[in-house]
This record gives sequence, structure tokens and C-alpha cells, in this order.
Amino acid sequence: MNAPEMTSTRPTELPSSRTSANLRKRQAAQKFGFGLLWLASLVVILILLVVVGYVFLTGFKSLSWEFLTTAPKGGLSGEGGISTTILTTIYLVGLILVIAAPLGIGAAIFLIEYQEQTKTGGKFLRGLLQAANFGVETLAGIPSIIFGLFGYALFVSTLKFGFSLLSAGLAGACLVLPTIIRTTQEALLTVPVSLREGSLALGATRWQTISKVVLPAAIPGIITGIMLSVGRIISETAVFYVTLGGSYRLPNSLLSGGRTLSLHLYYLAMDTNAFEKAMGTGAVLIVSIILINLVIDLISRKLSAGVRQNQ
Amino acid sequence: MQTKLRVDRAVRTILLISASFSILIVVSIFVFIFRSSLPAFREIGLQGLLGELTWRPTNGSFGILAMVVGSVMVTLMALVIGVPLAIAAAVFLAEIAPRGVQAVVRPAVQLLAGIPSVVYGLFGMVVLVPLIRRIPVAGNSGYGLLSAAIVLAVMILPTITSISEDAIRAVPRSYKEASLALGATHLQTIFQVLLPAGKSGIVAALILGIGRALGETMAMIMVIGNSVILPSPLDDNPLTIFLSQARTLTGNIAVEINYASGLHASALFATGVVLFVLIMVVNISAHAILNRSNSAA
Amino acid sequence: MNAIKLETNAYSLFYGKFRALEDISLKIPEKQVTAIIGPSGCGKSTFLRTFNRMNDLIPGVRTEGQALLDGEDIFSMDVVALRQRVGMVFQKPNPFPKSIYDNVAYGPRVNGIRDKKALDEIVETSLRGAALWDEVKDNLGKSGLALSGGQQQRLCIARALAVRPSVILMDEPAASLDPIATQRIEELIRQLVEEYTIVIVTHNMQQAGRVSDYTAFFFTDESSTGKLVEFNLTRKIFTNPQDKRTEDYITGRFG
Repeated sequence: MNAPEMTSTRPTELPSSRTSANLRKRQAAQKFGFGLLWLASLVVILILLVVVGYVFLTGFKSLSWEFLTTAPKGGLSGEGGISTTILTTIYLVGLILVIAAPLGIGAAIFLIEYQEQTKTGGKFLRGLLQAANFGVETLAGIPSIIFGLFGYALFVSTLKFGFSLLSAGLAGACLVLPTIIRTTQEALLTVPVSLREGSLALGATRWQTISKVVLPAAIPGIITGIMLSVGRIISETAVFYVTLGGSYRLPNSLLSGGRTLSLHLYYLAMDTNAFEKAMGTGAVLIVSIILINLVIDLISRKLSAGVRQNQ
Repeated sequence: MQTKLRVDRAVRTILLISASFSILIVVSIFVFIFRSSLPAFREIGLQGLLGELTWRPTNGSFGILAMVVGSVMVTLMALVIGVPLAIAAAVFLAEIAPRGVQAVVRPAVQLLAGIPSVVYGLFGMVVLVPLIRRIPVAGNSGYGLLSAAIVLAVMILPTITSISEDAIRAVPRSYKEASLALGATHLQTIFQVLLPAGKSGIVAALILGIGRALGETMAMIMVIGNSVILPSPLDDNPLTIFLSQARTLTGNIAVEINYASGLHASALFATGVVLFVLIMVVNISAHAILNRSNSAA
Repeated sequence: MNAIKLETNAYSLFYGKFRALEDISLKIPEKQVTAIIGPSGCGKSTFLRTFNRMNDLIPGVRTEGQALLDGEDIFSMDVVALRQRVGMVFQKPNPFPKSIYDNVAYGPRVNGIRDKKALDEIVETSLRGAALWDEVKDNLGKSGLALSGGQQQRLCIARALAVRPSVILMDEPAASLDPIATQRIEELIRQLVEEYTIVIVTHNMQQAGRVSDYTAFFFTDESSTGKLVEFNLTRKIFTNPQDKRTEDYITGRFG
């Protein structure tokens, strides 16, 4: 290789005074910049403290055992408690999970465990898998009010279920389905391939491998997904606003309506002046979410310990 | 042996059907919403929907332009307020915070993400709205774009922060080392190397944040006023436009669907379609911008 | 006899309780190529990174003893100023995901040089100095990542040169390159040494023999602590090593 013409490759050094002035400027800029970043995080923490603090402090006045166990009685001053709404929320969560969990977990299993069918299964299967994945992606991005609209159009009106647990349950199941599918997919992917291969090599069928080896290993991740969905359902309002109706009585069948905690808070805030009770409801909601987050954290920690074991 | 295989095959079919449900649901949603909106598009037309400011269904006016403007404005305002804060928090968590501080700030962000939207709406009603009402402008009720934008900013902040933090952490360590080895300060490294290198993740975070903002319903109904007017300044000062009341596309749907029928109901479905198209447009443009800047580099 | 550019005195480095380097005393001469060789895990890279304090990035690192640049204590200096005087080229080429021009101009820019003409001149000079100018001069807007491995490494060298350091540290710079690219890098090193002090870590003894004026042999035993065994002119180390461990390593009795 010819040596390129070596004119001096080293331009004259910067006089040291210029460099140190520039250095001081940059260090001052960094101190300022970092100060702003610390400030930003402080603001974030402050926001949390103010919101949660205010809700708890004002809501605390109305929180009592009586509040939790008495039914709301309606009226401008929002008489009564929130007992029926708590139960309605629990019913709804149960219903949605009954519908969405098997569907979601089944879909995820198919999308992950039957993937190599894309090579052997022919065009139909390949297309189906791609379409299904695309479907999950799209569903995840749809705003909740659209699910509500869909639920209203299909379940409330066309199928004539009316404002009911059933309509809300079906619409809510559509809402959380992508979450369950995605988290289950991730959970299945953490199970090492060697486990599956070992089982198949022993002569087990695919389903036996899945049910006896893969799923048990993926359970913590799947439960995380379910807990996330529970949190989502508890926090969600728009979907149920247009499918569940507004009755504060306890639903006595699948076809009767009711209020979830979130919906009750909304109605209290908009239709009554019982702001303290609304705050109390909010406090109950926040506590539920905190508990769910704690459970999810615990499971994740157990999960990572398990993954380390698998490796 | 035979039963084992038969069970296996049956299970496969069941699972296949489960997977098809996601396609089924998406298709159903599209079909139903589009179908229900068709009468509106046919009889009112795009001009009547998107070109008119007046929404008075009883009079046969179905203009949703004011709601489009409302949604867009409150989202933009929320971005202006929330994005700098969110990215600053993300940078802080990824590059600057000592481990002990991370253990406080990150769960705080996660908790903010978990608070239900109606609780934010309630807080907005009880605390923010009276506060904003103090601004001495005639016609300022406290309800309006500013209150809604602040609430929305807080709601999208956790999403943008956590995804951006992941994006910054994902930047290869070698870039950071190379930059520092060249005599750049940590701050310079963050803004001139790490953030540009992480921009696709950060843009993804922003898209999600915008999607959330455009799709938020209940909290908006609670603080934005819901007057069907085009947001405009309250007096001579053009800045007072931010105090104007408004209605979002989402609010329009939720508030009226329970008692609407016929063409009115169809118009609400059309509102849903417009909302969806809006979100799609944002997604596509963001990806296009990202692709253009990637190939330019 | 050249002046001493870099020096350590009884220098030790700890990761928490673990002593990675023990009592290293070494004088590195100016405008020469000094190679650091030794088996893997003996702390060569860690020692190299002392001179631009890249070890500061690792939490829990502690040092004892002295490290000096031109007689000044490295650890008392401002670290950013230090890194302007001591540049580094890494084992795996790591150009920024920016254009070739912006890669080379990065260093001067963050140091405050804004003027386009000055930057143009620095970019050209640095790329010439890295023997890359003729290959990229019509394509400075192209992404640095679009170059071949060998070209990327020369780009990284140009990038380091643009900051006008007086020392260039190279951490196995040709380890991920093919033999032809490696040869070009080695020729480049021999050219650069006329103006720069170069310290190169290499696991390739033949490379050390081809490229360096001085060689330092590091070694580690079961304690995994790196120690300096021998330091001398390269030809003396290779033809007449004083320590048996050096001789064993050179003759390939262990990796």
C-alpha cells in the first residue's frame, strides 16, 4: 500500500487558554443542565404526591367500613356508599377474565408454539399467523371509546343485550385481549427451547409438551398479564360507560346493568356535589391499583429468579 | 397412541380458532363502525361533517370540525407541557440518577401510570379548574383547554418516560464511551449522541403518548367544558384561546351515544372513524419522519 | 532518549475488593509505539484505560498510586481536559450513527469549534492522517456505519485525531479486522508515531513485534491480579527476555 502523502497530520494545538475557557463554559452548562434534569424528576414526584395525597386526604373523610358496605342511594348529594359498585366491579372483572383469558392464552400459545408451521403449513397458515399478529397489534392501538362504540353497536343494540354485564363483559374482553395475548407470548418466549425439545424427544405430543412443560414454566408471566388486565379493567371507564348503563343497583343477572367503581366516581363527580365521596371512591381505586402493582412486582421478581434458575 | 394424536389435533384446531379471534374482533370492529357510519357519510357527506363548525343534531347540523380542532389542540398543548418533562425524567433515570434515587422515581412514574383516568379527571375538576378560574379573564370558567391539557400531560407522561428511558438505555455503550473518550462532557454525550441514537424508540414513545392523548375520553369530559364551539380567544388577547372551552371527538361520542338514534347515531360513528383516521395519520407520519431522518444520516 | 510522556508509579486498581492491577510502575516514552502484551485477563485493557480515565465509568473502582501525563497527576486533572489530550481507539470500531463528516467533526464541535471552514480543514486533515481521505472524500455525507470494518476503524482513528491529542491509546484496534485491513492499520500506526505517542494493547505477539518500539509484558497468576513483569525495547524483549514467564509467553508455551 502506498503511504499517502504525509503533510503534517497534526494541526497546531489550540492555545490552552481557549481550551480551558471552553471547558469551563461546558462544565457550567452541564451543571445547569443536570440541575434542570433533577428538577424535572422532582416535579414528577411532586405531581404524584399532590394528586395521590389530595385524593387520599379528602377521600379519607368519607372512607369508613360503612362507606364500603352500604349501597349508594342516588340523589343529588350522593347518599350511601359504594358496596354495589365494588361487587359489580368484581363481577365484571371475573366475567371478562372468563372470556378473555382462555381466548388470549390459547391465541398466544398458537402464535408462539405453532410458529414453524409457517414453513410447513402452507400459505393459509402463514397468512393466518401474520394476520393474527397484525390483528393483535392493531387492537392494542385502538382507543377505548372505540371499543365502547363497538360494544354499543354490536352487543347493546344489534344483539339486544342492552346495557348489561354481558355487553360490558364482551366489550371489555375485546379491550384486554391484546394485553393478555402479548404478555402470554412474552412468557412463552422465556421458556428455553431445550425444554420443549427434551419433551418432544421423549415422545410427547406437542400439546402434552405445551400443557405439561411449557405452560407451567410460563405461568408467572401469564399471571402478570392477567393482573395487568385486571388493573386495566378497574381503571377503565369509557368502555363501560356506553355498555354497562348507570344503575347503582347490584346487577342480578348477566343482562342487568350496574356501575363499576370508576363509573360511580364519574357519576358522583358529574351528577352530584358529593365530591368527598367521589374522592373516597378514588382512594379505594388507587389502593386497588397499588395492590395489583405490588402483586405484579412480586410475581416479576419470582419470575426473574425462576428464569435465572432455568439458565 | 391414536387418542394422543387425536387430542393433539383437536387442541391445535381449538388454539387456531382462538388465534383467529383477534382477527375476527378487529374485522368486526371495523365492519360495525364503518357500516354504522356510512349513512352519515352518505347523507351528510365529508363536507357536512368535517367542513362545518355547527353541531346541532336536532337541527340537522352535524359538523364535527370544532371537535377535531378541540382534540388536536388539547393534544398539542399536552405534548408541549408533558413531553419536555417526560424526556427529562427519562434522561434523568437512564443516565444521571443514582441507584437509590432511581428506586424512588421509577416506581413513582409507574404509579402515575396506574391511576385511573377518572381520578385524574376528578382531581382536575376539584383542584385545577378552580385554580385556573382565578385567571382574570372574562368568560373564563376554569373548564377548558388549559385544564384539560394539564391533566392530559400528566396522564401521558409515564408512558413517554418509561419507553424513552428504555430507548436511551438500549443505545450501545460503545457510543457513550467513544463520545466521552473524545473529550465530550456527559451532558454533551447525552444530547448529541445518546438521544439521537435512541430517536426511533423515543418517537415510538411519542406516538403512543399521542395515541393515548387523542383517545382519552372521561377525564376530558370532566374538565374541558364540552361546549360545542370552535376554541377561540375569550377577549382581545389571543393567548386566551387556551382558556377556551372545547369538546373532543371522544367526548362527543361518549356524551351523546346513549340517547342518539338514526342519523345522529350514525354521525357519532362517523366521529369514531375520524378519530381512528386521525390516529392512523399520526402513526404513519411519525414513521415516515423517522425513516427520512434515518436515511439522511 | 525520548522524554517520558506517560508514567505510573506503584499504581494499583481495585474493583471493590478485587485487586485487578498490582503495583505497576512504568514509564512510556514520547513519540514511540509501546505495546502491552500478555495473556487474556491480565489487566492490559484496564491499565490502558487508566490513561484516559475510562475506568471512572465503572462503579466501585478504586485506585492507589500515581498516574502521570507529562508529569501531571491524571487524577487531579479535569477528566474532560485529559481526554482531549489522550485519545482512544476501541477494539470494535464504534463510529456514531452519523455521517462521516459529523463523526470526525464531533470532537472539535463539542470542544467549541463552530466555524465551518475550520471544521472542514480539521476533517480533511484528520481523514488524511488516518489514510482514509482518498476513499471517502466524495462521500462525506454517507453514514459512518456504511463503511467496511477496516474503514470504520480508520474513521475512528480520524475521529480521535481530530481532537488533536498528543497520545493515542489503542485497545486491540485490529482484533475484529481481516488481515488486509489489519496490515493497513499497522502501517498507519508506524506513520502516526512520528507525531503522536501511541500505546497499543494487543493479544497478537507478531503484531507487537511488527509495530512497536517498546513492549510491556503483563502477567497474572491464580490470584487474577495483573502485574508488570518486564518492559524493554521490543527487539530486546523478543530476542532476549529477562524473565522466564516472558520467555514462556513469547515462545507460545501458554496462550
